[in-house]
Amino acid sequence: MLDIRNLTVKKAKELLDKKEIEPKDLVDASYARIGAVDDKIEAFNTVLSIEEINTQLNKISDGALYGIPYSLKDNICTKDILTTCSSKILYNYKPPFDATVEIKLKNAGGIMMGKTNMDEFAMGSSNENSAFKNTKNPWDLSRVPGGSSGGPAASVASGEVLFALGSDTGGSIREPAALCGIVGLKPTYGLVSRYGLIAFGSSLDQIGPLTKTVEDSAIVLGEITGHDQRDSTSATAEKIDYTKCLSGDIKGKKIAMPRQFFAKDLNAEIKESIMAAIRKLESMGAIVEEVDVSFVDYVVSTYYIISSAEAASNLARFDGVRYGLRANDTNGLVDMYIKTRSEGFGKEVKRRIMLGNYVLSSGYYDAYYLKALKARTVIKNEFEQIFKNYDVIVSPTYISTAFEFGAKSASPMEMYLSDIYTVPVNIAGLPAISIPCGLDKQGLPIGMQLIGKPFGETDILNIAHAYEIESGNGNVMPFVEGVDR
Amino acid sequence: MGRVTRSEVEHLAMLSRLELSEKEKVMYESNLADILEHAQKLSNNKELDNVEPMTNVLGLTNVFRKDEPKKEFSKQELLKNAPDSDGEGFRVPKVVE
Repeated sequence: MLDIRNLTVKKAKELLDKKEIEPKDLVDASYARIGAVDDKIEAFNTVLSIEEINTQLNKISDGALYGIPYSLKDNICTKDILTTCSSKILYNYKPPFDATVEIKLKNAGGIMMGKTNMDEFAMGSSNENSAFKNTKNPWDLSRVPGGSSGGPAASVASGEVLFALGSDTGGSIREPAALCGIVGLKPTYGLVSRYGLIAFGSSLDQIGPLTKTVEDSAIVLGEITGHDQRDSTSATAEKIDYTKCLSGDIKGKKIAMPRQFFAKDLNAEIKESIMAAIRKLESMGAIVEEVDVSFVDYVVSTYYIISSAEAASNLARFDGVRYGLRANDTNGLVDMYIKTRSEGFGKEVKRRIMLGNYVLSSGYYDAYYLKALKARTVIKNEFEQIFKNYDVIVSPTYISTAFEFGAKSASPMEMYLSDIYTVPVNIAGLPAISIPCGLDKQGLPIGMQLIGKPFGETDILNIAHAYEIESGNGNVMPFVEGVDR
Repeated sequence: MGRVTRSEVEHLAMLSRLELSEKEKVMYESNLADILEHAQKLSNNKELDNVEPMTNVLGLTNVFRKDEPKKEFSKQELLKNAPDSDGEGFRVPKVVE
């Protein structure tokens, strides 16, 4: 059978073009790999049946993703297929419609293998907040895959599928990509339709691809962008073939390196690894210069205030009336709401709803929520200033490599503070990519983040691709313990 | 500030339509206090006082369209996920006492 572990979207397309394989070979290999590793990795909440997959195979004829198996994060709606947000409150929800991204992937000929695990309602950085299972990091099964798109990231890194779509509100694509040693792209706010993405922080959420290489990221991104009448915040940008921007030439590209992102709490090995990557970029002709940002002391608070306020409002819809869980033995309507929500939501989700309602309540609104919206202006303006002189910004993706289960769960604040490098990007609506830049002494992957200007996906993809080729760090996939070693 | 009282946690739970155990109340009191303590650097930042707040980054304006009814889903499709329905609508516990 076809070895799918190191296969990329690009290579699979070439094999299909040369008629060496058929879509069925790819899907069979994906299905077999899921069967072989998923009881260890636990990336999937739902794996589709052979019949459901064959139905898809019978419908496709061509397209940029013809026959390519993928997984979707379990907060992206799929018609008549469980979409749970890894929450008890949606444990049985089968949407009556497909998300726009799912329609686009289907139209491009892709084959959806199943729905992947996540932190409940995408709230978390370790995947430990799933109500159902702990997805494992394919590099070391005793460690977290990162979050909240831990399932999508692990399903790609373990070779179960060739790509996945995740969602990123404050780093939820980039951080698990970094911890699982793959490529994760968070597009500019508005580039990809959010229709059918179960909302967390509506002004921050974006859907994006998790892939083994930058080139694959460019291929998948090109298939999911575009204005959507059903999402009024989706941009009317022109459609771009992102693979065409991968020139490999980065001579004269100007890269800003915010001093403050390399000081605070940054693990020495990660710093060393990113610095080595920066020297490589310089040797390839890029110009790297240090810049200053003023917001590091309050950017994490700004993010948690805005995202929790939006979440408190978005999650008010889960009330046991139209879908999902309804608690038994309740006394009247309000009691039904209360018991349903108390039973259905996990502790992190409750924490965010309470925080959101706190910062929105009278007496605290001005001090917290309004202040966070003002900080948002400053953060966006500072990025704009930097982008007047630079093409991209470089930083680490995360403060550490993959940590062990339970290592950070005692302190929510500690977990939140770890998001320092990823949250500013969502606050300012910018695109950013995390790419592998080597392994630490324990053999765990390190991620480097490249941030672009609004709709500057072409810049970050080009530089990331050039680095990936030069460094040889692309498509270095783990051997899953108990299966491959 | 940076301290959250028991009665505030209970009030928030009520606003959030959540019922908390004694243990949860203790935990959320301390968690919220930690988060708000850290947020002092934001809320006490005087330089931000005269800045315009921003709710969306794209500078979007309202999108208007004609209010025309469309039939995208059948009643059955929409009631399929309901915890309780009579086939015509969602059934809920008694609303008016």
